[in-house]
Amino acid sequence: MFSKLVQPFFKHIDSFLISCLLFTMLVGLFVLYSASGQSFGRVSAQIINIAVALTAMWMVANIQPQLLERIAPPIYMMGVLLLISVALFGDISHGARRWLNLGFTKIQPSEIMRIAAPMMLAWFFAKREASPRIRDFFFAAILLVVPVVLIMKQPDLGTALLVTSSGFYILFLAGLSWKFLLGGAVTIGALTPIFWSLLHDYQRRRIEILIDPTQDPLGAGYHTIQATIALGSGGATGKGWLNGTQSQLDFLPERTTDFIFAVFGEEFGMIGNIILLILFSLIIIRGLIIAGQAQTTFSRLLAGSITLTFFTYTFVNIGMVSGILPVVGVPLPLISYGGTSMVSLFISFGILMSIQTHKKLVASG
Amino acid sequence: MAYGNELKNHQNELHHFRLRLTVLGFLVLIAFSILASRFYFLQINRYDYYQTLAENNRISIVPIAPNRGLITDRNGIVLAHNFFVYTLEITPSKIANLESTIAELSQLVEINKSDLKRFKKLKAQSNSFESVPIRTHLNEVEAAKFAANRYRFPGVEIKSRLFRHYPQGKMGAHMIGYIGRINDKDLTKLAEKDVLSNYKGSDHIGKSGIEQSYESELHGTTGFQQVEIDADGKAVRVLSSKAPVSGNNLVLSADIKLQEIAETAFGDHRGALVAIKPSTGEVLAFASMPTFDPNLFVDGIDTENWKLLNESLDKPLINRPLRGIYPPGSTFKPFAALAGLEAGKREPPFSINDAGYFMLPNSRHRYRDWKPGGHGNVDMRRAITISCDTFFYGLAMELGIEKLTDFVRFFGFGEKSGIDIAGEVGGLLPTPKWKQRRFKQPWYKGETVIVGIGQGYTLATPMQLAQATAILANKGVAMRPHLVSSITNSKTGVNKVNKPFINNTIILKDKNLEIVKLGMIDVTLPGGTAAAVGANAGYSIAAKTGTAQVIGIKQNEKYNEKLINERHRDHALFIAYAPAENPTIAVAVIVENGSHGGSTAGPIARKVMDYYLLGKLPVVEPPKDAKITPSITGNAITTLIQPIENALEEKLHD
Repeated sequence: MFSKLVQPFFKHIDSFLISCLLFTMLVGLFVLYSASGQSFGRVSAQIINIAVALTAMWMVANIQPQLLERIAPPIYMMGVLLLISVALFGDISHGARRWLNLGFTKIQPSEIMRIAAPMMLAWFFAKREASPRIRDFFFAAILLVVPVVLIMKQPDLGTALLVTSSGFYILFLAGLSWKFLLGGAVTIGALTPIFWSLLHDYQRRRIEILIDPTQDPLGAGYHTIQATIALGSGGATGKGWLNGTQSQLDFLPERTTDFIFAVFGEEFGMIGNIILLILFSLIIIRGLIIAGQAQTTFSRLLAGSITLTFFTYTFVNIGMVSGILPVVGVPLPLISYGGTSMVSLFISFGILMSIQTHKKLVASG
Repeated sequence: MAYGNELKNHQNELHHFRLRLTVLGFLVLIAFSILASRFYFLQINRYDYYQTLAENNRISIVPIAPNRGLITDRNGIVLAHNFFVYTLEITPSKIANLESTIAELSQLVEINKSDLKRFKKLKAQSNSFESVPIRTHLNEVEAAKFAANRYRFPGVEIKSRLFRHYPQGKMGAHMIGYIGRINDKDLTKLAEKDVLSNYKGSDHIGKSGIEQSYESELHGTTGFQQVEIDADGKAVRVLSSKAPVSGNNLVLSADIKLQEIAETAFGDHRGALVAIKPSTGEVLAFASMPTFDPNLFVDGIDTENWKLLNESLDKPLINRPLRGIYPPGSTFKPFAALAGLEAGKREPPFSINDAGYFMLPNSRHRYRDWKPGGHGNVDMRRAITISCDTFFYGLAMELGIEKLTDFVRFFGFGEKSGIDIAGEVGGLLPTPKWKQRRFKQPWYKGETVIVGIGQGYTLATPMQLAQATAILANKGVAMRPHLVSSITNSKTGVNKVNKPFINNTIILKDKNLEIVKLGMIDVTLPGGTAAAVGANAGYSIAAKTGTAQVIGIKQNEKYNEKLINERHRDHALFIAYAPAENPTIAVAVIVENGSHGGSTAGPIARKVMDYYLLGKLPVVEPPKDAKITPSITGNAITTLIQPIENALEEKLHD
């Protein structure tokens, strides 16, 4: 009786995906409690973030993919316009111009772009009657470069990188030829030394520090050094929940946001890390399956891009914390504290669920 | 046909899509495997290492400050260097009772109140395991005394620290500048430039002059030691280290001997001198009188000395060549003359019959010449030589203010010269637009008239006057003036030369340049306004004298030098380049309240040129008064020429 009542409500929710997400977030809340110095305030604020994000996900999941496809161009245009307004009248905080004050609320248009850019590209390729040609890819690349450049100028390297990768996944999945990919890789490889020789000493130094932060232990490298000590000292089984010395003492910076994985790794050790990787892998596999089963070009390209962008997030963040990737400001999805990124992440999961659960209707109709 | 082939084959497309999806799936697998192996490396392989670091010890990064680069003059004479001094330092974390230790120490070596104050300030800023100086500049005796009693003071040690020193003392202080302790404003600036981490070990930063503008070259790269500290915060061992890289050495284009001659020549006068090599823009001498001892600022100036410098009526801290603004007076005339000639006006054989005043049509106001009764028949060349005001009143009137200012702007009036030290002001070249904006008033014709003789609102810095003279000497090619001629990289030894840079080029007719040059040469010949300056020079000097009013004189009132307070006397100006045929030096001199350009400012320029061109050292002799006195104008536009006082002084007070 009860299940019959609630079933229509959850009709468009993918049960496997939501289970993985909820479990991972539950783990995240425990880590956040520890990382925030056992602050219930932080945790309850994050619970509110999660509730808002789940609501957004539920609403998006109930939208038909066809409608998503139709609104892709206007959303993209709006996103670009908002990015331009940010560049012109945005609020500056922490030296970057990212927020747009609408009077009643502040929005961060680069977050909109994280979904709008792949939607636009998927729409673009779905519109091509024939197999896409090189010039289509060229045009698609321009659609991608415009918002990326605007985001980079803010400057927000992390988001720019992720929007780029989400667009690149679409290009790749739409069938960008291997020759072109190889050619591109070779060209970049060949141009790098030339580009390098054109740089000033101080510019080279900056890039060197970005790649290898330990060269600047007084500045950028401090984060990485402390994070690797936290991770390494966690060992195989970890120091136990709330017992991470590096995290509890004030050694780890930004430990509730970008560097929260160091806290997790210190307290739960290598076993915990592997379990978390498995959880992320399950989410990714489910996403890839949804993409593989999707019925329209638009929905399969978008589902593939959303899933792989989620992967990119996790890889870039964990790679950065464990010292194998440069430090760019990217949070760990589902775990890091933060509202805006949580909402846009769950909107993308909502899209995945919409694609998966509206499928049969399309087939029968 | 082609159309059919290009249509999507849905089955085929899906197949390709799934293939690519699988490829990406493998990418995910590889990436996560990399992460897993990284976990294995950090958490299993290196576990003991990180475990030790995390549990028993903590890591501390101790910065090692680099040696600041040296500054030398063009002949290699040292202007700024570093030397070691003994300092007595305390490591707070190693001391049980700080108060009693300091009390005992003060029985061995003198520790006064300001030492204590500084110690407390520094201690608050550093980690407890870092040593903080309680006394600096220990002499040999004090050092020996402490060494003998060292066993009584664990946690106290003698260290040698590098101190900046300016061996030339007061000489060229405004050019060389000085360093001072890093304050909050500096920290904000460093953070903005993203170089804060490079200053972790540094206490000092360039505050003015070359020291400030070339900070990024001079500072060097901070080294560091990664040390393990135990629970008490004591360094246990060094894990890794990287040596600091010294700052780069600077060679100036200035000649400190020339500087000395210039500064000595000023005697007790206030003023400024800038000498430039016209063909390259190299600044050869840069004097601002009176000057100050930059060594006072290195470790924080004490209140008494600060008061003395800051409250002195002579304003020794003002950088007069860059920030002192003065009406150029008659030194403006050669440039106004060129403006006329290039516009096709007043070309020979044009001449006027000067009755001693100029009147605008429909006006009864008389713009007087400095010589009552006038000069008689005057052409362009003679107008420059005798500094005929009437001639230039008429010329300015006929050219119009826009044409005149547009032309002289090429010579750098109203604009910063772009010299490589900070703080320059742009002077003022008045235009009707400017006046409307500034005073909300229309431009009057009479104002154009007096701009012709460099009065009115027109203001220029000594630097601008020297630069304008250099451009004139270089036949219209404006070189960017610079003080640093080369930078030697301390690491590679590579010497990077600051190449001459052409700011812009004005196309001028040779015959016009010739007229102005001949007029200016005549200035230093018998009959000119600075005949005494050119006497027995052995080379030809093209020059122009000038006078700038400090107080206004009403119509029909006479200027009487003797009755006027010394500080209200006119400023004396003098510009020159030599040898006139092939100039290698251009000089601008301003002597505040010096009365006559020819008699007070001119001899200073002559001494500088004598040494530069002939290697001749000045002979001490009393200056003679020139027979002809240059222009005093009748119009009562009062322009007080006190060097502007502004934020600079605030900045100096550290």
